Amino acid sequence: MDILYLLIPLSVVLVFLIGALFWWSVRSGQFDDLEGPGHRILDDD
Amino acid sequence: MSAIGDNSQDCYHCGLPVPAGSSFRAVIGGESRAMCCAGCQAVAQTIAGENLDGYYRSRTAFAPASGDGAEELERLRLYDLDSVQADFVRREGDMREVQLLLEGITCSACVWLNEQHLSRMPGVLLAEVNYTTHRALVRWNATRVRLSEILEAVRAIGYRAFPATAAGAEQARRRENRSALWRVFVAGFGMMQVMMYAVPEYLAGDGTMTPDIERLMRIASFVLTVPVVFYSAGLFFRGALRDLRAHRLGMDVPVALGIAVSFVASVIATFGEGGAVYYDSITMFVFFLLGGRYLEMRARQKAVASLEYLDRALPLGAHRLSAYPASHETEEIPAVALRAGDLVLIKPGEVIPADGVLVSGETETDEALLTGESLPVLKRAGAALVAGAVNRLSPVVMRVERVGEGTRASHIRRLTERAAGQRPPIVEITDRIAGWFIAAVLLIAAGATLYWLQADPGRALWIGVAVLVVTCPCALSLATPTALAVSVGTLARRGVVVTRVHAIEALERVTHVVLDKTGTLTQGRLSLAASALAPGVPAEHALSIAAALERGSEHPIAQAILQAAEHLGVSIRAAAQLRAIPGAGMEGVVDGIRYRLGSRRYVAQIAGVLPATDDAGDGTSAVWLGSEGCWLARFNLRDALRPEAREVVQALRARGKRVLVLSGDEPTAVGALARSLGIDEFEGAMTPEGKQARVRALQEAGAVVAMVGDGVNDAPVLAQAQLSVAMGSGAVVSQAQSDLVLLSGRLGGLLDALAISRRTLRVVRENLWWATLYNVIALPLAVAGYVTPWMAGIGMAGSSLLVVLNALRLIETRERREEGPAGTQRGRTVAAAHPAGAGPAPGPGAL
Repeated sequence: MDILYLLIPLSVVLVFLIGALFWWSVRSGQFDDLEGPGHRILDDD
Repeated sequence: MSAIGDNSQDCYHCGLPVPAGSSFRAVIGGESRAMCCAGCQAVAQTIAGENLDGYYRSRTAFAPASGDGAEELERLRLYDLDSVQADFVRREGDMREVQLLLEGITCSACVWLNEQHLSRMPGVLLAEVNYTTHRALVRWNATRVRLSEILEAVRAIGYRAFPATAAGAEQARRRENRSALWRVFVAGFGMMQVMMYAVPEYLAGDGTMTPDIERLMRIASFVLTVPVVFYSAGLFFRGALRDLRAHRLGMDVPVALGIAVSFVASVIATFGEGGAVYYDSITMFVFFLLGGRYLEMRARQKAVASLEYLDRALPLGAHRLSAYPASHETEEIPAVALRAGDLVLIKPGEVIPADGVLVSGETETDEALLTGESLPVLKRAGAALVAGAVNRLSPVVMRVERVGEGTRASHIRRLTERAAGQRPPIVEITDRIAGWFIAAVLLIAAGATLYWLQADPGRALWIGVAVLVVTCPCALSLATPTALAVSVGTLARRGVVVTRVHAIEALERVTHVVLDKTGTLTQGRLSLAASALAPGVPAEHALSIAAALERGSEHPIAQAILQAAEHLGVSIRAAAQLRAIPGAGMEGVVDGIRYRLGSRRYVAQIAGVLPATDDAGDGTSAVWLGSEGCWLARFNLRDALRPEAREVVQALRARGKRVLVLSGDEPTAVGALARSLGIDEFEGAMTPEGKQARVRALQEAGAVVAMVGDGVNDAPVLAQAQLSVAMGSGAVVSQAQSDLVLLSGRLGGLLDALAISRRTLRVVRENLWWATLYNVIALPLAVAGYVTPWMAGIGMAGSSLLVVLNALRLIETRERREEGPAGTQRGRTVAAAHPAGAGPAPGPGAL
C-alpha cells in the first residue's frame, strides 16, 4: 500500500501535464472549427 | 450525394429552370450541361476549367444564382488601397492576412471549392474556410497578388467575399471560444480525476483504509478542485458579484453560493477536524454547468455570425472631382481617403460619404436616419449636407468639410446595436420573474437547511446546496433570448434582417398586411420590355446612341437602357455636349449629330412628327429617340412585377391575413395590378399622410397592421404600422426605420419571417412550460433530500441544455426547406417570369 504515497501525487502531476498539453492544443487553434474537417475528409483534393 | 443536378431541364449550376430558347451550356465532367444564364455558365466553366468539378459530385445544395455587375468590379479595386486595408488587413513584411466573409456558402462542397480555388492562385499562401462561420482566412504575398484579385477570384466561382471589417470582434470571439473550451476541459478533467480519489472512500468499509491514505486522497482532491473552483467556476463568482452590485438576483447567485458553501465545508473537513467532503460533487456540477454553457455559446455564435453581413450595405467609395470646375472627370476613391476641402460628386441614390457643403446643383436629401425627419429636404448651393443622408434627386457637387471613419461606423453601429441592445418585452418579463424566483429559491434553501440541521445535521449542508443548484432559473432566463437570437440568425441567413427583435413577436399577431406598389410588388426598376424602330434603322444602332446619351446617369430609365445595351453586347459610343433636362430627357451629340432621348414632346421638338402609338394601359412607359428631322426608335420600359408577388399574396391570404395595396401611383394602374394579383382592397393616388391615416383607421378598428414598403414616402406609414417591413433594395431611410428588412428585395422573405415567427413563439412557449414543470418536480425532491449536489448539477445543466437545443431546432429549417417542395416552388415562379420577356434581363427578342 505504500506505493500509493508515490502514485497519488504522481497522478496529480500527470493531470497537470495533460492539462498543459490540452492548453497548447486549444491555443494553437485545433478546436476553432469543429465541423469543417469532418466534411473535408470526404473531398478528394 | 449526387441527387443534386440530375434534372436536365434546370440549370446544372444553380438549379433554376432554364428559360426557353436559352443556349447556355457548359461541359462538366465530360458532359454538356444546361445553364440558365451567362453568369452561371461562366462560373461553371471556371470550376470545370480548374478540374474542380468534384464540387458538383459532393455538393448537397445548389449554388446561388450568378449575377453580373461590372460596377462591382470597379469597387473591388478600392480594396487595394492601403488606407482602406488599414481597417482589416494584418501585415507582416510582404505577407498580408485578411478575414473574408463569404456569401453563398450552402454546403461543405462550397467550402472545399473556395479553398481549392483560392489556394491555387499564385501568391496566395493560405486559404482556410471555416464551415461554421463562413469566414475565410486568407494569407497572401502582396508583391505577387492583390486583394482585389482574390475577391474577384471568389466572384469568378459564383460567391461573394467581403473583408470582415469587424476583425477585432472576430478575434474577441475566438478568444472567448478558446477560454470557454479551456474552462470546460479543466472542470471535466478535474472531475474525472477527483472521482478516482473519491471512489475508494465510497467503497471502503470501516477500517479498511488507513486515515493517512484517506487524508492523502482528500488533499489530492483538494489540489485538483482548486483550479476548478477558482478558474473554471470563476465565471459564476464574477457573475454573482456583478449581479449583487447591481442590486439584483441573477442566475449566477445561487450557483456561486452553492459552490462556495460546499467548497468551504470540504476544506474545513480536509484540514480541520474531519467530516464529509464534496470535491467530487463540486467538480461534477461545475463541469456540467460549463459544458451546457459552452454548447449554448457555440450555438448562439453560429446564429449571430450571419448578422454581420449587414455591415457591407454602406458605401465604401466616393467620386472625387480632382480638377473641378475645369474638368468633370471623377476618380473613385475610398470614403476613408476623403479629406476636408475635397470636392466630390454625389449621384442620385447614393449615400453622402462625409459632412460638407453643397457647391453646385440642387437636390433633395433624406436625412431621416440622422434627424428622424421623414420628408426629403430641399438643398441648394450653400446648404449643409450630412454624411449618411441619401441624395434623392439629381447629381450635386459637395465640398467636404468633416470626414472621419466615425461617421460611417456610427451608422452601422446605430442600426445593428439597436437590435442587439433591445430587450423585447417578453424577455424583460421572464427576467423579472426569474429575479423573484431566485429570491424564493434562496429562502427555501435557507429554510430547508435550517430544518435538516435539526432533523439530520449530517445531511443539512448538501441538501441546502442541492436546492440552490437544482432549481434552475437558467431555463427560464435562457429560454426566450436564445430562441429569439436563433431565429434572428436564421432569418438573416434567408436575407431577412431583423432590426427590432420585438418584430418576431409582433409578426404572429398581424391581421392586415399593407403593401406598397412600386418597389414592393414591382421591382421598382425599369427594364426594356419592347421597342419600335423607324424604317431602316438597325436596332443596335438606336440602342448604341441611346446608351451613349445615358451613360453615367443613374436615373432608372438610363439604367434600363444601359442594361439592355450591355446585355446585347452593343458597343457604346462617346457622346459630347450632354445636357439633361429634368422631366424631359437627355440631349447630346454623337458622331456629330445632335440626338434627343426622352418624352414624346421633348423629342418631337427637334424630330418633328412622331408616329402615333397606342400605349393605352399596357403598363409601360415610352421613351423616344430622335435626331434633327427624324425619329429613330421608341423604347417601351416596364416596371416588372416581382416574380414571387402572386405567390406571396396568395400565401398571406391563405394564412388568414387581409392584404391591401396602398400606393401613390395612378388609381387605374394600381387597380389593374391589384386585381391581377387577386387583391380587391386597394387605393391609388395616396399621399404619405393619406396612407398613414388609412392605417390608423384600420388600427382603430382593432387591426394589427404590417406595412411593407420601400420608398421614402413610406416612412410615416412605416412608423404608424405595428410592424414595418422595408425592401432591402429601397431607400436606406426606410430600412433604418423598419423592424424587418428584406435584403435583396426578396418579397418571399416575408413568408419565411411569418413561418419562423410562428415556430419561434411555439418554441418559447414549450421552453417556458418545460422550465416550470422541471422546477415544480425538482424543488420538492431536493428539499426532501432525494437529490445530491451532483444530481442537481446534472439536472440544472441538462435542463438549460434542453432549452437551448429546443431553440436550435429553429436553425435547421433552411436545409429542410430547400429539399422540400418549397424549393421547387421557387423555381416555378422564376420560370413564369421568363416567358413574358419582361424579366430584368430582356432576351434577344426584345428588340
